[in-house]
Amino acid sequence: MNALGFPVLSLLLALPLLGAAICLFASGPAARWTALLTTFACLGLGILLWTSYQVGGPQWQFVEGPIDLGPFDWALGIDGIALMLIMLTLFLMPICIAASWASIEHRIPEYMACFLLMETLMIGVFAAQDLFLFYVFFEAGLIPMYLIIGIWGGKERIYAAYKFFLYTLLGSLLMLVAMLWMVNHAGTTSIPVLMATDFPAEAQTWLWLAFFASFAVKMPMWPVHTWLPDAHVQAPTAGSVILAGVLLKMGGYGFVRFSLPMFPEASAELVWLIYGLSMVAVVYTSLVALVQRDMKKLIAYSSVAHMAFVTIGLFAFNRQGIEGALVVMLSHGLVSGALFMCVGVIYDRLHTREIDRYGGLANNMPAYAVLLMLFTMAAVGLPATSGFVGEFLALLGAYAANSWVAFVATTGIILGAAYMLWLYWRVAYGTSRNADAAAMPDLDKRELASLGAIAAVVLWMGVYPESFMAPMRSDVGLLLARIERAAPPGDANLRRGPAPAPASEHPPAGGGH
Amino acid sequence: MAHNLLFTAPELLLTVASLVLLLMAAWLGDRSGWLLTWLGVLALIGAALLVPAVRDEGGTAFGGLFIADRFAAFAKILVFLGAAVAMLMAKSWFARDKDYRAEYPVLILFSSIGMGMMVSAGDLLTLYVGLELQSLSAYVLASFQRFDNRSAEAGLKYFVLGALASGLLLYGITLLYGFTGTTLFEGVAAGLGDGISQGELFGLVFVLAGIAFKVSAVPFHMWTPDVYEGAPTPVTAFFASAPKVAAMALLTRVAIEGMGPATEEWRQIVIFSALASTVLGGVAAIGQRNIKRLLAYSSINNVGFALIGLAAGTREGAASVLFYMAVYLVMTLGTFLVVLRMRDGEGKAVESIDSLSGLSRTRPGLALAMATFMFSLAGIPPLMGFWPKFYVFQAAVQADLAWLAAIGIATSVIGAFYYIKIVKILYADDPAPAYERQREWVGAGLLVATALIVSPVGFFLLTGPLHTLATNAASSLF
Repeated sequence: MNALGFPVLSLLLALPLLGAAICLFASGPAARWTALLTTFACLGLGILLWTSYQVGGPQWQFVEGPIDLGPFDWALGIDGIALMLIMLTLFLMPICIAASWASIEHRIPEYMACFLLMETLMIGVFAAQDLFLFYVFFEAGLIPMYLIIGIWGGKERIYAAYKFFLYTLLGSLLMLVAMLWMVNHAGTTSIPVLMATDFPAEAQTWLWLAFFASFAVKMPMWPVHTWLPDAHVQAPTAGSVILAGVLLKMGGYGFVRFSLPMFPEASAELVWLIYGLSMVAVVYTSLVALVQRDMKKLIAYSSVAHMAFVTIGLFAFNRQGIEGALVVMLSHGLVSGALFMCVGVIYDRLHTREIDRYGGLANNMPAYAVLLMLFTMAAVGLPATSGFVGEFLALLGAYAANSWVAFVATTGIILGAAYMLWLYWRVAYGTSRNADAAAMPDLDKRELASLGAIAAVVLWMGVYPESFMAPMRSDVGLLLARIERAAPPGDANLRRGPAPAPASEHPPAGGGH
Repeated sequence: MAHNLLFTAPELLLTVASLVLLLMAAWLGDRSGWLLTWLGVLALIGAALLVPAVRDEGGTAFGGLFIADRFAAFAKILVFLGAAVAMLMAKSWFARDKDYRAEYPVLILFSSIGMGMMVSAGDLLTLYVGLELQSLSAYVLASFQRFDNRSAEAGLKYFVLGALASGLLLYGITLLYGFTGTTLFEGVAAGLGDGISQGELFGLVFVLAGIAFKVSAVPFHMWTPDVYEGAPTPVTAFFASAPKVAAMALLTRVAIEGMGPATEEWRQIVIFSALASTVLGGVAAIGQRNIKRLLAYSSINNVGFALIGLAAGTREGAASVLFYMAVYLVMTLGTFLVVLRMRDGEGKAVESIDSLSGLSRTRPGLALAMATFMFSLAGIPPLMGFWPKFYVFQAAVQADLAWLAAIGIATSVIGAFYYIKIVKILYADDPAPAYERQREWVGAGLLVATALIVSPVGFFLLTGPLHTLATNAASSLF
């Protein structure tokens, strides 16, 4: 069955579900503890999963099934890319529960149940090996997220919840038609088999566009990103963390898992679309972020800009680009999650997200200011933080593919530095303009623990990214082998220089002895 | 002769049972309501057990007038069970207002006989007789609360428009008979096989129009919201469930068995009607404030999706229609079981959507059930309502109608909006005055059962077997 001898993925799916069921029948405090314990148990299982994952082993590990369920099979299995995204999910979940510990005051059991349900569905998306099983998990996530935004969100929560739900639904339904066509054509619902199936080139374009409709909304790419700022601003803190940390990654995961390997020709043919939209996104959303007055909105727009690096990197058709994009996904999951939590921390104290209401927080909240500084730097892409590794690689890949794209995308880094540093300056430096902001207490233990945990991983990923890239390396290699036949020629014309001559051929320096 | 009786055994049982119950009702009076209801339910279950062609291929009776094949068996069992549930739902609801009459189960039984004939019809006249038997009982049921103005109005409206539809249908039947020389489906199909004349085309259009009225497909849907709103709620539940299944099955059989050679011709009509129904059912529902009107538009919307499966015109298409109607039946009955429990503090039935506000806080269980049905009707996995849409679109894609599937799917987003709006009202709004708590265990049990079928449990376990049954049933049409 697998290296562990028990169906670990099914267990990972079942555990949060069980926790959710218990939460529904528990009192508020009991539900909190149940949720926390469940997520920690899952994280423990996840660590076991990671340590027993064989780097360089078979492509699909921990395979379960297929069990025939009629129209689809219960088939699970992960490769390195899925493993890392599952780890991201499992790592963020206890932090989300901790972030909601005190800020959610009513209907706690339902809230915790929604989050645990969400965890199951997110893991399911990354672990599914059956096309329709994937779709079920992918779309089912709408239900708990709709409730989380709609019930526990801010003032405009209803509008944001509708927008989130309907945008995403329309995109994913078009993908469903494409899936039906593919299954009809290939006669199988198994994702690994479909990844090796060559679809006719003329059909690929349509299929690619249908998948694109879904993933572009999820990602989100300009111009279908408008649901994101609304959803982020209105969602409770933990909802934003999950949304930015994991849900957006489903779009990138979809491109890696479906669009690229299944439709390589169409990907190459429509690469201009990806590049164009991503370039607009990088510059435009960065500029929009620059003028935001609401902290959450600013970070939401910066997410769109960062996700554009992911799409640029993925469609660079080379190793640096794809690996870089994957690291950006992981890093952004951590960093944007942490930034949303930082906003949540001060929102819990002052109940406003207006940037102007704060200032000089470094004076009364030194620990907070330090951590916020770290995450700001990671978002900007400072070396030794996780942000640098991914963005550097992605841009390197983009340069090899198309130097104009790389040029425009790089301006996004400059703009990113501008809006993030300016945000930090306005919030943390100077003297406080408001007495209530100046009186805010520093981080408590719970907040320190959750933000500290993310900070540690951000630094880890920045200093030694190999831990995270090693499991994904061979999968990126397989993906490249699949798409290189269609790879568009790069304009950088990178050429390896003449190999340095071996030492033996060097004329002896100096005189002989 | 014996096989004729064997193949019509369920209808014969129901006929005898309904006549006996009618006499009992006349002698025992309205006090016998409970007894007659349970006897009626027993008769329906008995009829469902007697349905032929469950284990074998079945056959035809009375020289082809009556077909007892697997397709009929599938639809018939659904119809009888749906009618039984509708019968059970009604008793306690009417009893609250002391309005229950012993005729109610009898009328449902008559209607069920009609529905049984509809799905087994092998001849245009059997079709017509079955349809009329079903409809006439339905007209009476619509005005069952005869001192209630809305109910009376609903009955009259239904009758007048229904009579018009019957006229259209009959006119179509005469045209088909005149131009093909027979009323047997086989004969009509043979007549259409050698080229389609102008007269045959007109006949086909009128027959389809008449049946479209029964399934309330756009543009013959106008009666639906008014009748659904005016009729007593249990009756509305009945209208929305079993007769819809029967009429869709009938339409499928007529289109495929009777008009198979003219598939290209009727496909255009069906596609138009399907898309118009999904769009109108979705858009018009958004502004509704009455839950019964909303469900009327929801049923129009759902019929539109089922018609997309019919438009495929293939075995998979017919199977998807059957599958769709089976799941639709469960979702609809479940939703109405919730609606039946909507009574304000004084025990008066309420129908406004606003009264559902914040139900999750006053009645979490009821709200969870309603939310399950709403998400399911919207077609969101992992709820059962996803699969019918899935199979319908799959059938369309397999029949090279991917564009139809794409448009149909886009329109389903419109529908999703008002379903999730209900969920928002249930969960996110401030609580309205709580509903009265009812100690009514039959309804509660049925509600739990339907919710379980729709829930992820059914989603993962029931789909495969149910679809196999539907495919087997559809095979007998080809």
